[in-house]
Amino acid sequence: MKLVIRNGRAVDPKNKIDKKVDILIEDGKIVKIGESPKFRPGDVTRSTITIDATGKVVTPGLIDMHTHLREPGREDEETIASGTRAAAQGGFTSICCMPNTQPVVDSVSGVKFILTTASQEGIVNVYPVGSITKGRKGEELAEIGKMRIAGIVGISDDGKPVMNAQIMRRALEYAKMFNLPVISHCEDLNLSTGGVMNEGFTSTVLGLKGIPRQAEEIMVARDIALAELTGGKLHLAHITTRGSVELVRQAKKKRIKVTCETAPHYFSLSEEDVRGYDTNTKINPPLRTKDDIEALCEGLADGTIDCIVSDHAPHLDVEKDLEYNMAPFGIIGLETMVPLIITNLVGKKILNLNQAIAKMTVNPANILGLEKGALSIGSDADLTIIDLNLKKKIDNEFSSQSKNSPFIGMELKGFPVATIVGGKMVMEDGKLV
Amino acid sequence: MISRKKKAIMDANEISWTIKRMAHEIVEKSYGTEDLVIVGIQTRGVHLAKRIAREIESIEKKEVPVGALDITLYRDDVDSIAHQPLVKETRIPFDITDKKVVLVDDVLFAGRTVRAALDELIDFGRPKVIKLAVLIDRGLRELPIQPDFVGKIYPTSKKELVCVNLKEEDGEDSVVLK
Amino acid sequence: MRLKNKDLLGLEYLDREEINLILETAKPFKELFTRSVKKVPPLRGKTVVLLFYEPSTRTRTSFELAAKRLSADVLNISASTSSVAKGESLIDTAKTLEAMKADFVVIRHSMAGAPQILARTISASIVNAGDGTHEHPTQGLLDMFTIWEKKGRLSGLKVAIVGDILHSRVARSNIWGLNKMGAKVYVVGPATLIPPRIEQMGVKIFYDLDEIIDELDVINILRIQMERQKENLFPSLREYNEIFGVTDERLKRAKKDLLVMHPGPMNRGIEISSSVAEGSRSVITEQVTNGIAVRMAVLYLLAGGDKRGMKR
Repeated sequence: MKLVIRNGRAVDPKNKIDKKVDILIEDGKIVKIGESPKFRPGDVTRSTITIDATGKVVTPGLIDMHTHLREPGREDEETIASGTRAAAQGGFTSICCMPNTQPVVDSVSGVKFILTTASQEGIVNVYPVGSITKGRKGEELAEIGKMRIAGIVGISDDGKPVMNAQIMRRALEYAKMFNLPVISHCEDLNLSTGGVMNEGFTSTVLGLKGIPRQAEEIMVARDIALAELTGGKLHLAHITTRGSVELVRQAKKKRIKVTCETAPHYFSLSEEDVRGYDTNTKINPPLRTKDDIEALCEGLADGTIDCIVSDHAPHLDVEKDLEYNMAPFGIIGLETMVPLIITNLVGKKILNLNQAIAKMTVNPANILGLEKGALSIGSDADLTIIDLNLKKKIDNEFSSQSKNSPFIGMELKGFPVATIVGGKMVMEDGKLV
Repeated sequence: MISRKKKAIMDANEISWTIKRMAHEIVEKSYGTEDLVIVGIQTRGVHLAKRIAREIESIEKKEVPVGALDITLYRDDVDSIAHQPLVKETRIPFDITDKKVVLVDDVLFAGRTVRAALDELIDFGRPKVIKLAVLIDRGLRELPIQPDFVGKIYPTSKKELVCVNLKEEDGEDSVVLK
Repeated sequence: MRLKNKDLLGLEYLDREEINLILETAKPFKELFTRSVKKVPPLRGKTVVLLFYEPSTRTRTSFELAAKRLSADVLNISASTSSVAKGESLIDTAKTLEAMKADFVVIRHSMAGAPQILARTISASIVNAGDGTHEHPTQGLLDMFTIWEKKGRLSGLKVAIVGDILHSRVARSNIWGLNKMGAKVYVVGPATLIPPRIEQMGVKIFYDLDEIIDELDVINILRIQMERQKENLFPSLREYNEIFGVTDERLKRAKKDLLVMHPGPMNRGIEISSSVAEGSRSVITEQVTNGIAVRMAVLYLLAGGDKRGMKR
């Protein structure tokens, strides 16, 4: 089967491409990239499917390295099937799913379950992340090596920190053998316990218990120190504060192997949005202040922050329609991530388009060691087409099974309009195929 | 429609001798001032009540107790009125049980204010009798209520507005139609 | 003049004029209490639901009396007897009350923001009777009414709130209200019980009561909860008493006409000595009486409040 994408503006940070090209895809691989006259007769035949991408941007398939698919255990919130549909809808061709399912993905059987289910029911590539410790209890290392052989791309106890520094040290040392990133959820539980939002003036006024920035920063500092000690590959999940950005910046200067990510809500919303007690603003780590947003933007621009991830965390209405203290943390994010980045970062000239795309393609691919995230001849034909000018109001219709988004009702600009996974169109004209 | 200019119904002089006349009538009908108390409805009814009491005192040389009644909490239209009137003071510093109460208001119209005032008075005790005195009766009653002492009967239409001005409140004594 | 909103969720959301209106209206209501018939009819036929997720005899009975003296029908729902215990969500409970055509829901809840959830779910007027550590607006109003009645003004007065400010909704409502009315507010307590960035609310922080005692017009003493000691927020009650307890000794340097207030219930001998509580400066029992008048004013004014007003 042949597919040709014509007249699109290809943006591929890895290969430093940013020009109008045609892309020919055959049998799931990219076979040719160039201006259309260069295609020889026979390249494009009558049976070739043509996609007109005039006025649109064609990027390597986007990668979200931080998603919660909820299967196994909470299939009422999300499944591998529905989660990958949400990903395709959001322009992602590859996603990494976190191991905090029920049961926890802390062994080969869990990894195999996800890979098998994803190959049968999923519509985008799914890469499992295994847990660092057994049951995410922070006590004993999980079988990291066996899980690596089974197919994990990283380890994380996401949702919880590894509180014991000794165990974190061992994890970094051990994972180094497999070149696996240790994805750290930075939160000092002694400082954060009971907190539901950022600590500060707003939490005082609202009477909600705060989580100080230092709960995150202390662990960022600790993990950087441990990465320096061990030489392990540290990736810091969802960083949200000025202090964290600065710690990572300094660590990178010292050539410590550390990378990090943030999520769109952390630069799109602030603690002010918690007023009104909408539980769709309850996220861990919490929404921070305007000053932190500024620091995140600086960190994104200067490359301190490598990736942007969705931290897609589906919850049902019945779980979220509760008192603020009682509602679970987390929001869905796969389907709003691209427009939030285009609107709030590219639109406001914080990042150029190349930088923005790099944070969802080549950078996560490098951290995870994936042969993805580039428009190279011979590579898997994972592509995303984005219409930078498409304006839409986020409505209540999501491909995800859950609707817990604080962005409903917001008008955004720049939406993915087609998602191609392995040469197969899974989303076209904004609709799942 | 030609807007009607303000039309004078009573001037200061007329108000003054009307109150005198009403005071005489009240004394006559009540057989003196024994057990007589006067209660005015906020705001202008209270001023009129005080004036009537002064007249009675000058006739009978006896003090007549005066009370003030704010009927806001007894209105039947609390939900529907556009602007909630401020609740004013109700002050009845005497027991009204077995007393002859004369209730005083400036204008008698639908009768709803008087209905509310009667309900409120009864919460204070059980008077022997309650009589009603008004300066102007403009007709158009919506409830079966009639005054016992009237300053002036002045039939009006619903669109019209009768304004009683009193020195204590408005700087001058007059009654005008708007 | 009327209230701009159908609900009373907190004093943060009221303006100066609205607070004035409530205080002015409370005055004639307080007068009613001197009559033999203390009941007036304006809320006849209306239903007031007292939805209490936290036990509070004091606030509940005050609201109940207020509603009854306005001739409303009162329905009591408390956490122990209702479906709350069976795990019904607040939103479902709200919808049930809506179906029963409740006109007012007075809610007390241990979690901040619960009244907001009700207010945006149902059309009844919601009155916050204390939500977590957020606000307790009617307590704030009754405290202000008490001060206003005694001092004839609020503007320019120096008011200290002493104790566990961190966990106090009473403190937050008092700060919002008093600031709007032009009073100067000081908060005094152990540093561990002062919430972060509270000075941005327009208050000054003091850790030493004696430093300001001589300039105060009002001292509002908060209850110190025993369980805070277990959370390691201060070392011991006797140490708390020694540093922050309000005693006759400490009040020697205070103004003669200082008002001593306490929202109750008191821990005598800890945050306040018995002799101060019973002393001539104390208006603690009067606060209770005023509470009913203020709550009557609130219910009465909300009945005429703008139903189309913006929901928060």
